[in-house]
Amino acid sequence: MIMKEEVDVTDVRLQDTVCVNESRLTHRWYHNLKYLLVGVLFGIVFVKAEVVSWFRIQEMFRLQSFHMYGIIGSAVATGMLSVWLIKRFHIKTIYGEPIRIAPKTFSKGQIYGGLIFGLGWALTGACPGPLFAQIGTGATVIIVTLLSAVAGTWTYGYFREKLPH
Amino acid sequence: MFSLLQKPWPWYIAGPLIGLTVPALLILGNKSFGISASLRHICAACLPAKIPFFQYDWKKEVWNLVFVLGILVGGFLAAQFLTLPDQAVQIAPQLQKELAAQSVTRYDNLVPSDLFNWQSLFTLRGFILMVLGGFLVGFGTRYAGGCTSGHSIMGLSNLQWPSLVATIAFMAGGFIMANGLLPVILSL
Repeated sequence: MIMKEEVDVTDVRLQDTVCVNESRLTHRWYHNLKYLLVGVLFGIVFVKAEVVSWFRIQEMFRLQSFHMYGIIGSAVATGMLSVWLIKRFHIKTIYGEPIRIAPKTFSKGQIYGGLIFGLGWALTGACPGPLFAQIGTGATVIIVTLLSAVAGTWTYGYFREKLPH
Repeated sequence: MFSLLQKPWPWYIAGPLIGLTVPALLILGNKSFGISASLRHICAACLPAKIPFFQYDWKKEVWNLVFVLGILVGGFLAAQFLTLPDQAVQIAPQLQKELAAQSVTRYDNLVPSDLFNWQSLFTLRGFILMVLGGFLVGFGTRYAGGCTSGHSIMGLSNLQWPSLVATIAFMAGGFIMANGLLPVILSL
């Protein structure tokens, strides 16, 4: 545990695996447009499959519909197979870099934070992705929910050292 | 064909498409699928306030902000061009019955207009649903180090057991809220 704390202090970006998987290549800005395209397609699927529906989330947590379980289950199965294929055949990125995936390290935050997020998920009927899609569909008041989520993230960052991990 | 796209998509089409986001982002630029980190990047960009957790070069993570902007645009396109007008959201009869008891009776939108609107933002019920709910989502996902996409889809795809722990915690929190607390909150 003490070791982990020291690592955290030396490199803040290691506190969160998402920030360590950067490409060594530098690209012009328009290379980011491909992520915009993936986002657009993803957002369309989110809306058309009603993943962004508050009702669907309620059905899931009240065990009244298979829909969301089918979506998450088949998404994970597809993702697993894809990652296995990428590793098995050493598939590279379109820039020829080897693909690396940072491992997730365990912390008690996954339990405490996970429970807190779960409470919020059932209230808002949205995890972070659907919040963006809901705003896009015209539910403008969700901008408030999104800003509140940003405030929640900020508050976590502020109290991070005092929270059990 | 087009009218088929306008109907709600079944899970066995949507699920694999969502799963394909994982290899798409990896192959396009070694990016691990994740969405809640975008909230952290917004903090780092707008209000880092000397907090160590927000001291990093957020510009290197711009792809993530572009990605979530794409989700917003995708939501707009789907609602504008891929949705039949006046189509009520189909929901489970049991849920319909439970919600009717709390005067949620309009199913004209994926985001229930009875609950989520500007007028009710300043009622206790609306404040809890929109403001407190959003806060818990932002606080909890960062505390857990990821959300449904980063842990439940990306993490599980890469066989990471901490992500399984996180996913179980997400579901537990959701079950407690939806079945225990939410009925009380909705009747406020």
